[in-house]
Amino acid sequence: MEIVETDIVVVGGGGSGLRAAIAAAIADPKLKIALVSKVVPMRSHTVAAEGGSAGVIRGDDSLAKHFDDTVSGGDWLCDQDAVQYFVEHCTEEMVQLEHWGCPWSRRDDGSINVRFFGGMTVQRTWFAADKTGFHILHTLFQTSIKYPSIERYDEYFVADLLVENGQVRGVLAIEIATGAFVLFQCKAVVMATGGAGRIYAQNTNAGIVTGDGMGLAFRHGAPLRDMEFVQYHPTCLAGTGILITEGCRGEGAILTNKDGYRYLQDYGLGPVDPWPRPKAMELGPRDRLSQAFWHEDQKGNTIPTPKGTVVNLDLRHLGAQKIHERLPLITEVAKIFAGVDPVTQPVPVRPAVHYTMGGIASDRTTATGIAGLFTAGECSSVGIHGANRLGSNSLAELSVFGKVAGEAAAAFARDTSVARSAAGIQREATAAAGGLEAMLLSDRGSRVAELRDAMGACMEHGVGIFRTENGMQQACTTLAELRVRYRAGVKLDDHGKAFNTEWLSAIELGFMLEVAEAMAHAALQRQESRGAHVRLDDYKSRDDENFLKHSLARYSVDGPPAIDWQPVNITTSPPRQRSYGGAGKQAELT
Amino acid sequence: MTARSIRIECLRYDPATDKEPRWQGYDVPYEDDTSVLQGLQYIKDHLDGSLTFRWSCRMAICGSCGAMVNGVPELSCHTFLKDYAPGPVRVEALENFPIIKDLVIDQTDFLNKLEAAKPYLVPKEERTLAEGAYNQTPAQLAEYYSYAQCINCLLCYAACPQYGLTADFMGPAALALMHRYNTDSRDQGWEARAEVANAEEHVWGCTLVGYCSEVCPKSVDPAHAVNLIKLQSAKDYMQPYAQRLKKVLPL
Ligand SMILES: Cc1cc2nc3c(=O)[nH]c(=O)nc-3n(C[C@H](O)[C@H](O)[C@H](O)COP(=O)(O)OP(=O)(O)OC[C@H]3O[C@@H](n4cnc5c(N)ncnc54)[C@H](O)[C@@H]3O)c2cc1C
Ligand code: SF4
Ligand code: FES
Repeated sequence: MEIVETDIVVVGGGGSGLRAAIAAAIADPKLKIALVSKVVPMRSHTVAAEGGSAGVIRGDDSLAKHFDDTVSGGDWLCDQDAVQYFVEHCTEEMVQLEHWGCPWSRRDDGSINVRFFGGMTVQRTWFAADKTGFHILHTLFQTSIKYPSIERYDEYFVADLLVENGQVRGVLAIEIATGAFVLFQCKAVVMATGGAGRIYAQNTNAGIVTGDGMGLAFRHGAPLRDMEFVQYHPTCLAGTGILITEGCRGEGAILTNKDGYRYLQDYGLGPVDPWPRPKAMELGPRDRLSQAFWHEDQKGNTIPTPKGTVVNLDLRHLGAQKIHERLPLITEVAKIFAGVDPVTQPVPVRPAVHYTMGGIASDRTTATGIAGLFTAGECSSVGIHGANRLGSNSLAELSVFGKVAGEAAAAFARDTSVARSAAGIQREATAAAGGLEAMLLSDRGSRVAELRDAMGACMEHGVGIFRTENGMQQACTTLAELRVRYRAGVKLDDHGKAFNTEWLSAIELGFMLEVAEAMAHAALQRQESRGAHVRLDDYKSRDDENFLKHSLARYSVDGPPAIDWQPVNITTSPPRQRSYGGAGKQAELT
Repeated sequence: MTARSIRIECLRYDPATDKEPRWQGYDVPYEDDTSVLQGLQYIKDHLDGSLTFRWSCRMAICGSCGAMVNGVPELSCHTFLKDYAPGPVRVEALENFPIIKDLVIDQTDFLNKLEAAKPYLVPKEERTLAEGAYNQTPAQLAEYYSYAQCINCLLCYAACPQYGLTADFMGPAALALMHRYNTDSRDQGWEARAEVANAEEHVWGCTLVGYCSEVCPKSVDPAHAVNLIKLQSAKDYMQPYAQRLKKVLPL
């Protein structure tokens, strides 16, 4: 097996991984950094982010407001020390991206322009048209080329993590083009593998968003935190799940039901006027909007289509010029994938899974339960999103905590002088590779697609927008069965080593099944409703007395994960009622 | 609605077992909004798990899924089967690149060229973070913005006869990216990039066919970018000799 000796391995070439690699290279140019990614970095899912990234710059805004919006948006399950650090560093990171060339949209005088986003009181979302993630990702990728100490391993699939005595010692990867195993021996690892949205049948995520890093850390003893909180985005195309950005509503788009009625006013988000105004109606938070859709659906107020029921996202009153200037990608996407021109027709939308709030538990410095393992981006749970992430906080998170992770990993690598008794690690790597090779040869059992589709359907059904004891229990049972079937063997048609994507998707499926179990079991045990976790059974309201705490899922080899609980770090903002619309205004005044 | 079906013929190649690429056909059900990519996914999920292709975003922004569809370079995720009815539709790896397997090409050469273009901001004026963002008016942004839309999908390389002939040619997207930074009001990197651009096989390699701009799914117009770089390079060349000498000799 080929062995690569390096100081730091960054797993993931998305926004968070690239930011971490650059930070580590700047922190100490003498360290060797391997940037390992299963796709060439600019193909990473960050590329699809549309709306924008938060950072306080207006005179009428303040860090305190960004803090409050984030903490109340997260239904008080946020770690407030992490949120404080976050809001203090967002703007400087946005400026850093600008200095690296990011083409932020501007005002006429050449200064940065910001837009409204759901759940944010003030305009603070930096945007690059409606291709913010695309521009951030390409800017970071292109900037990373400047740093010679970053060695890229494009299209290398990380299949295992090597941990010895509670300390990370390396990663095992597959060079996708040849199928060869490569062992990276290192002192520190930054896990930056993105979310796990593909666990659900209908989602806005790219095909590569399969929770690999969560699964890897989980299997090696790092707990996954707050996994029950899965965000549904209210406005996605039926069938494909392709996202229609919240930026549309930020610009003033409205949601109407089959009667042309702005139904959100019936769900505590009204009154309708004046419009647009922050944190009300269409600019309410995502969980509330997705839940309102569900109720409308139950009442028969949605519009049936062959791909599922929908409501209308209407942009027409914005006019052609504004639509084309501010929302060019969405115009193109709506035309190509939904066959409608938003200038003249409303866009049919429905909720789909969008974001995993939970992830690998880390503290404010991105350190995890495994020494030398740091984490950033959507695969991490640094504690800023709580029970519901606000749109435009995650692109900011990538930069802010990507940098922290890169610097932390550099410091750790510098201070660690492991005696490289690598024999143990190499043995472990060989054993892991043996298991993966056996899988490659398997020609019995279920197909990948069969297990994957069953998983997606059972999660939508049992651990969806609304949850019940029965439904979640059923999902847990189904997942356990699927895991047994998975272990019994997945039937592959392709047994070759070169670019075997069927094999890789079988490995990904293994991660997804385990991460899904963490979601379902944590959900089942959270006997309250909070943020994106809403129950229709006996636990309809928030219960601060018993559940103002993080869930921690711990891996077990054969059975379901064990769930235990961790206190939330509350510094300045004690839990209050979370209100939007007219009630929100009132709550703010009092 | 009765399910319609169409035949997708894929050019298959497995380096371990095939001497030559070969065609293999599959019948795939489709609706009006079924993309070619979804057709390929159907094959992989249900008919033949060994068919190999790249994809990720399925919304025309990650640049992974380029293929020749009936001989034309396309993003398979935003090309629709209904437009090829009654079929068959032929799908093969992008032209001008070595095939790793089936529809998967080797993109290493492009990535090297992209790096050679020095695609990062070389600031005119250093600024600390505390000093805030550079000023850039919407008009200045518009100068380079279209060249910043490239998703590195490589359709233009598949369309470029010159790249097919001389693999040394830097090619449309890398040159467009170079131009994107050259025209950014915050940048002063032209000198560093000029050397690369001026080399015979780079900007001067382009023979102005223009098919690259035609196939570009993001309206980047790389052909126009190449022309503008040529103009810039020619201006450099016309500089008085003394000035040019100054650069070469430590006068
Ligand atoms: C459609 C869409 C729109 C969005 N819009 C916004 C927005 O407007 N504002 C906002 O703040 N947020 C937005 N988000 C959320 C945000 O884009 C993501 O949370 C964020 O981009 C995730 O970045 P990341 O770096 O953590 O992961 P990713 O960008 O997903 O990158 C993950 C990386 O890990 C690598 N990787 C994964 N597994 C492996 C493995 N096994 N081996 C090797 N490499 C691996 C991948 O190759 C990839 O490079 C949006 C999300 C979606 C889905
Ligand atoms: S210039 Fe256009 S065709 Fe060429 S790689 Fe970029 S986006 Fe693709
Ligand atoms: S799959 Fe991303 S461009 Fe087609």
